[in-house]
Amino acid sequence: MFDKPILQIKNLSKQYGEGCSYCQHENAKLERNFCPVCKTVYACKNISLDLHRGEILGIVGESGSGKSTLMKCLYFDEETTTGEGFLTDYFNGNENIFTQSGQQKRFIRNSLLGMVYQNPMLGLKMDFSSISNIAEKQIAAGNRNVKQMVDRSNALLDKVNISIKRSKEPPKNFSGGMQQRVQIAKALSSNPPILLLDEVTTGLDLSVQAAVLDLIKTIQRVMQISMIVVSHDLAVIRMLADRTVVMLNGQIIEEGLTDQILEDPQHAYTQQLVYSLL
Amino acid sequence: MGYVAVTGGQEAIEASLQHLTYERIKEGKFIDVESIKATMRGFLDQVMSESSLYSERLAALAMKQSEGNVEEAVFLLRAHRSTLPRLYYSTVTDARDMFVIRRISASFKDIPGGQILGASHDYLHRLLDFSLVEETEQDVLRKKAEFEAIEVPEESSLPLEKLPKVMDYLRKEGLINEFPLNDEEPDDITKESLTFPSSRSERLQILTRGQTGTVTSLGYAGLRGYGSSHPNVGEVRVGYQPIHIALDEEGEEYYIGSIKLTEVESFIPANVSEDGKEVLEFDIGYGACFGQNETKAIAMSILDHALENPEKIPIHDEEFVLLHVDTVESTGFISHLKLPHYVTFQSKLEQIRKIKREGVTNE
Amino acid sequence: MSKFPFAFLDEQSKKEIRRAVLKGVAIPGYQVPFASREMPIGRGWGTGGLQITLALVGQRDVLKVIDQGSDESVNAVNIKKLVQGTTGIETTIHTKEATLIQSRHRIPEVPLRSDQIMILQVPEPEPLRSVERSEFKTKQLHAEREYSGAWLLLFEQIMRYNQTSQGADYPVLVHDRYVMNPSPIPRFDNPKIHNSDALILFGAGREKKIYAVPPYTKVESLAFDDYPFEIEKFEGKACKVTGLTDVFLDELTDEQTGETYYLCNDTSFMQEYLEKRGTVHVR
Repeated sequence: MFDKPILQIKNLSKQYGEGCSYCQHENAKLERNFCPVCKTVYACKNISLDLHRGEILGIVGESGSGKSTLMKCLYFDEETTTGEGFLTDYFNGNENIFTQSGQQKRFIRNSLLGMVYQNPMLGLKMDFSSISNIAEKQIAAGNRNVKQMVDRSNALLDKVNISIKRSKEPPKNFSGGMQQRVQIAKALSSNPPILLLDEVTTGLDLSVQAAVLDLIKTIQRVMQISMIVVSHDLAVIRMLADRTVVMLNGQIIEEGLTDQILEDPQHAYTQQLVYSLL
Repeated sequence: MGYVAVTGGQEAIEASLQHLTYERIKEGKFIDVESIKATMRGFLDQVMSESSLYSERLAALAMKQSEGNVEEAVFLLRAHRSTLPRLYYSTVTDARDMFVIRRISASFKDIPGGQILGASHDYLHRLLDFSLVEETEQDVLRKKAEFEAIEVPEESSLPLEKLPKVMDYLRKEGLINEFPLNDEEPDDITKESLTFPSSRSERLQILTRGQTGTVTSLGYAGLRGYGSSHPNVGEVRVGYQPIHIALDEEGEEYYIGSIKLTEVESFIPANVSEDGKEVLEFDIGYGACFGQNETKAIAMSILDHALENPEKIPIHDEEFVLLHVDTVESTGFISHLKLPHYVTFQSKLEQIRKIKREGVTNE
Repeated sequence: MSKFPFAFLDEQSKKEIRRAVLKGVAIPGYQVPFASREMPIGRGWGTGGLQITLALVGQRDVLKVIDQGSDESVNAVNIKKLVQGTTGIETTIHTKEATLIQSRHRIPEVPLRSDQIMILQVPEPEPLRSVERSEFKTKQLHAEREYSGAWLLLFEQIMRYNQTSQGADYPVLVHDRYVMNPSPIPRFDNPKIHNSDALILFGAGREKKIYAVPPYTKVESLAFDDYPFEIEKFEGKACKVTGLTDVFLDELTDEQTGETYYLCNDTSFMQEYLEKRGTVHVR
């Protein structure tokens, strides 16, 4: 853990709306993350965090806390308003990823990051075969060899426990849990150092949830991949995350080792969250 | 033999064209362009609007040549347009200067200047008038003389110029969502290609020359539930709009004539924040077409507003609307399916046979 | 047609089209937007190609027009007649004699020369349209050289059929930069665009785009390393009249016998071949 972090986020903010003289004031009183005057939404406010190689970082918070927006900013689905991000695997962590060209952002997305969305519709082309979905990332990363991509995709399908016999089927034929596993295989496809997981088990049956969580844990152990796991469910975070960040109204209110947060929550909101779990 | 069959195309086409010419005259009847111009007002207005070429004489000629086929008549006029250089752009013209022949508001009962019904089909029972079957030129002249003999009482004459707009009334009260005045030179879609996101001037030009049926249907879809622009018709005005040109930037303006124009301003409620307060004001949806095309102009005002407020619904999607409303484009591409596609089909056929023959081997 | 200007279009329009052509030549494979005039023939009937032809034609040009390999097909006859009627220039069916060749869906079998210009009519210029319907977004994808979508389509075809199933209009990469639709020519003609002696221009009238492949430009059909690009093969088939096998063939049925037979698709090439052979025989 003394290594330089693999990902550093510094003062990331994302707002929807222009802001006004009222809410731009330092001690402005907002309604949650919302300016009562100009209706600007401050979805993320001054978020700073580090991700280390091989660790799973959990982000927990209720809906509207800004955790999903943060993930979308990291994967360039949303433009960040202000802030910096550095990836060790991108120019040695010397270039701010948020100010790169569209082409460079695409490269980072395709080669250095993997994303699993809560809604598989966002992550998969439902009409294309599953194997094409998985290969898409490799194609985007520049691979032009069909056999290599087929082999890699089949190996990944095997890893996420989907029968290779079904590789040519489109995800729309699959159950929710299977779609999530195809998404995970796709995210891993270009062998990225970082995986982003956004509420991946939300909406799944409990038994299916357990299987998907197990899979994530196994992948992390075997592949030594770093992950950011976002969930509103502290049980998921407890099972996966080494370290945890608690978000409320677009801000980080508490962070630390997961065990520590669960045993000795400091912030009133975190306490409430932890007690409801027990 | 086959080899012979593929030649001779030229002769076949010539014969088809001859046949077409014969079809137009085979009944031995004749109508002159002047009569068309004098009696086919609705047709001329629609065709001038869709072809974006204002000439009743050429529209009448196009109608004669196309045997009353609107699609063909518009096509002829658009193609003719391509042979003409653009010499001038007209200067900014204000519809308050219109000589009004019809003007109604659905939003207010009493409007300054009054509701002027003019001539309209709106109040007509759509019953076939069989007396017209027997109508002769004498009948027409007699009825015309009767109408023209009616004495108009002095006090019933109305001022028809410089009528204020209904919108001005709401504007005075501060109920219109105001935007800074923009008299910038519009983008000319006939000179520069459309790119996205489009400018409002591009959108209005494409809509005004859009196919009447398509513009109406899309506006209808927006109104019925596939959109969120639900207007009140503030004002429909039809009349003659004076057009001027200036020879250079500073120069004097010259009057070059007036065109018959339909203009619609629709009022659509909009949320606006004012000094931090959420208030309701009216947005304007704008429609304007050559000729008297009221349905089209109203539908256009719905689409104008819808495109100003993009959403993930087809009629709020500029590419969906703007790339599909043009009559020459849509009819051309649909009809091109009649052209031979032997080569592409042969290429596909070879592939499908190969796939069938070889099967999918890796399963 | 005497009432209309030389070559139908007004001079301003011709200039604009020529500017678009020049820009296209300067950026091989890039789709240059242009305003696209309405033509006396239908949108989708070759108005893009026609506008290029009319903008380039001069009084000494000789024009050949082909549709589906034939000089006599409706579209070809129509376009030829219009250009001739508004310019009075000569037309030909012989590829060698032409200075301008406008074509729909074929490049002639006779190799083109550097003093000729090939003009292809394009129905759909956007190679990414089937993966991305928004023009705004496809423009961005081209700008960022992001062609995964085009490759993914081919990959999916291979997954389904163990080979690509794209027939005509098989996408190409031009000058290692832009992916381009070559217009619906058969794959058989794709190699002719690569390193061509002649300038090749593409006009899409309805979609309002002009693009170009200048002479001697590298043009590669998209293909994965282990699934090479293949042209149509007429294995074991030959033209019934000429006996030729290395040309693109039309499949026809004999009305009397119901038998399938094949003929050269490029009819003027076939005619020339027969005439030449005829003289050989006479000698």
